[in-house]
Amino acid sequence: MTGTGGALFAAVFLACAVEAVEAVTIVLAAGTARDWKSAGYGVGAGLAVLAVITAALGPAVTAIPLGALRLLVGGLLLIFGLQWLRKAVLRASGHKDLHDEDAIFARELAAAKSAESRSRFSVPDWYAFTLSFKGVLLEGLEVVFIVLTFGANAHDVPLAALAAAVAVALVVLVGLAIRAPLAKVPENTMKFVVGTMLTSFGIFWGAEGADAHWPGDDAALLVIVPCVALYALALVAVLRRSAPKPSAPSPELITEGSR
Amino acid sequence: MNTLIKRLKAFGAFWYDFVVGDDWRVAVVVLLALLATFGLSKTSVAAWWLMPFAVAIILPVSLWRARRR
Repeated sequence: MTGTGGALFAAVFLACAVEAVEAVTIVLAAGTARDWKSAGYGVGAGLAVLAVITAALGPAVTAIPLGALRLLVGGLLLIFGLQWLRKAVLRASGHKDLHDEDAIFARELAAAKSAESRSRFSVPDWYAFTLSFKGVLLEGLEVVFIVLTFGANAHDVPLAALAAAVAVALVVLVGLAIRAPLAKVPENTMKFVVGTMLTSFGIFWGAEGADAHWPGDDAALLVIVPCVALYALALVAVLRRSAPKPSAPSPELITEGSR
Repeated sequence: MNTLIKRLKAFGAFWYDFVVGDDWRVAVVVLLALLATFGLSKTSVAAWWLMPFAVAIILPVSLWRARRR
C-alpha cells in the first residue's frame, strides 16, 4: 500500500467507524427498548436502499473524467470536511457538548419506550423498524459518500470499500457482542481526525481539479494534513480561552492527543 | 399536492443540510476559491496556495460566528 493508499484507507476507515458507531447506537436502542426482529428488518431495509443508491451513483461517479471529478468531489469533500472540523473544534474547545453515545442511547431508549406500538406490513413493531431504518440509511449515506468520493478520486474504489467494510464489520461485531452503546470509542477525537483528513483531501483534490499543480505532487498531502491538524488545534487552544465554564475542554482530546 | 410539496421540501432540506450544513458561507467561500484557483491556474502565477488560504480564512470566521450564538 502506498503512502496515499494508507492515508486513504485510514481516512475512510475512521470516518466509516464513526458513522457505524452512531448507527449501532440507534439500532441497539430500537432493539433493546422495542423489538429486535423489527429493528433487524429496519437494518435490512436501510442496507437495501443504500445498495440501490450505491449501484446508481457508483458507476455515474466513476464515469466522470478525473479532472472534473476532482473539482466536483474536492469541493464537496472540502465543504463536508469543514463541517466536521468546525464541529470537532467547537466540541474540543468546550463551545459544543461532546458527542456522548451513552446519553444518545439513553435518549433514544426513553423515546422508544414511550412510543406507541403498531404493526404494519407484517412488521411487528413499526416504530422499531423506522428508527433503525432511518439510523442505518442516514449514517450509511455518509459512508457511501465518503467511499465513492475518496475511492473514485484516488482511483481505488476497492481499497476505500475494503476500509469501510472492515470498519463497519468491526463496529457491528463489537456492538453485537456487548449489546451496549460503544461509549468507550474515542468518537470525538476520531471526528477531529476525520475532519482534518476530509478537509486536507478536499483542499488537495479541489485545487488539482481546478488545474492547480501542487509542489511535490502527491507528496504535498504529507504537508497539508499536518498543517490542517496543527491549525485546527491552534484554533481549539484560542477558542478554549472563551469557553463557557460548565462544559470544560475535551479531556478525551487531551488524553488521546498526548498519547 | 400539499403533501407532495412538503415531501419535496423535506427532501431538498435534507440534501442541503447533508452537503452545506450549518454555515452556508463555508460552501460559498469554497466555491469562490475553486473558481479563483481555476482562473489563476490559467496565468503564469502559481495557484495551489489559494485553497489552503481560503480554508485558513473561512474556518476561524465560521467558528467565531458559531461561538457567538
